[in-house]
Amino acid sequence: MKLHLEKPWLEFSAERVARLPGQMGVFQLADDAGRVVYIGFAGGKSLFGLRSELEKRLGSAPQFRYEVNNQYQTRWRELLMLHVGAHGAVPEMNGHEAVPKLGRLG
Amino acid sequence: MDLELSDEQKLIVDTVRKFVRNEIVSLEADLDPDGSELDPADHDRLVAQVKKMGFYGLDIPVAYGGPDVDIVTRTLMAIEMAQHRAGLYTPCYGVFGGAGLAQLFEANEDQKQRYLYPTLRGEKHGFFGLTEPSGGSDPARAIKTSAVKDGDDWVINGGKIFISGADKADYGIVFARTDSSKGREGITCFLVDADAPGFHVRRVVHTLRSTSYATELQFDNLRVSAANVLGEVNRGFGIANDRLSRQRIPYAAGCIGVAVKAQEMAISYANQRETFGDILASRQAIQWMIVDNEIDIRTSTWLTLAAAHKANRNESFRTEAAMAKLVASEAGGRVVDRAMQIHGGYGMTKDLPLERWYREIRIRRVGEGPSEVQRLIMARDLLGGSFH
Repeated sequence: MKLHLEKPWLEFSAERVARLPGQMGVFQLADDAGRVVYIGFAGGKSLFGLRSELEKRLGSAPQFRYEVNNQYQTRWRELLMLHVGAHGAVPEMNGHEAVPKLGRLG
Repeated sequence: MDLELSDEQKLIVDTVRKFVRNEIVSLEADLDPDGSELDPADHDRLVAQVKKMGFYGLDIPVAYGGPDVDIVTRTLMAIEMAQHRAGLYTPCYGVFGGAGLAQLFEANEDQKQRYLYPTLRGEKHGFFGLTEPSGGSDPARAIKTSAVKDGDDWVINGGKIFISGADKADYGIVFARTDSSKGREGITCFLVDADAPGFHVRRVVHTLRSTSYATELQFDNLRVSAANVLGEVNRGFGIANDRLSRQRIPYAAGCIGVAVKAQEMAISYANQRETFGDILASRQAIQWMIVDNEIDIRTSTWLTLAAAHKANRNESFRTEAAMAKLVASEAGGRVVDRAMQIHGGYGMTKDLPLERWYREIRIRRVGEGPSEVQRLIMARDLLGGSFH
């Protein structure tokens, strides 16, 4: 498994999201320049997995990408840690939510 | 051996049981099924409650401010504390506190000032760095990380794997080879600062335990002062080995706790779920699974309490601890598996904690020494030899 989420960005539209799987996993939202603005996960309490979590955030960013992953908790933390390592802080929109204490990589 | 609980033990077990059911399980209902952390406000509130009960810092010796609770009672408490969704690896979400790294109590006063006391105050966090990519079951031979004396310092090169908490730690207890011509007599234990140049957390290691990860570490010319040697040079293996033996009793207790809860759920479900016109409990296939669960639970409990009683009497308990760990981890896995079978489709879902326990308890057959190594430990003691 690659450390970084490197899949191509997808248009963050209702049509796209409606075709997403209902599985658990992680996702990133980005601005037009591909700058990550949010890292989230769809866990065991997400009604329709990735689809529901992304539906909740429609309109908050123009692009997204996702990874189906049953280890969503640890993968989510890993992506946040990588982001902090590269940019010095969690993505902008994560700053508005409770974020667990993160470790450091590198 | 009298396994009847004293009145005081009964009271303590009952208190912890009520705490888990009333305080922990109720909060857990709102958490992610793979979550491992409480809301900070809830965590602080429950820590205050545990302190009021007099149980905070269970594995801290009395001389350092820990509660005066013997190891048998602590084992009984550990069985109770594991009886919730996150309980196997995060019993009660850590609100009972604890020192974590027992080796620090053996440190010299200077080291205690720099590492132990800040850890007890919650200001510093440590990790235990033993296992390497070359192996973890036979650390005496597998340790390839080297430490070479350079003036007043030691220079460490190498790496560790499957290390919990190193990415968030301030320091770690790291084992390195200081004499390549010797096996277990060539290993030294170092206190290593995690912010020192040359200390790298290379990656997160994802496992079956999806709520928490391990890390892989790399040391590149990591310079450690001679003042940070824990114990004596070339005598580090004893420190590691002692920790491994002691850890096996609470490790077994956690497996029993989860098994007890899984059995409770299985019995409750079997008594209410109807198939073909009668409840599951009326079916012999189900009855036998319930009975086999109970045999597994009682066998594990008796062996674990026997180990705890020997440790409490300051007698050698290595064989008993190995037996308890082996039996409880394997039996716990069987109990959870049968409980899932009895629950049918629901047993596979994240609606219930069984699927999480199923994944996590599998690790217990490998963690803290796999079943095969436990058998090797017992064989050495029973046959009176050291085998290669």
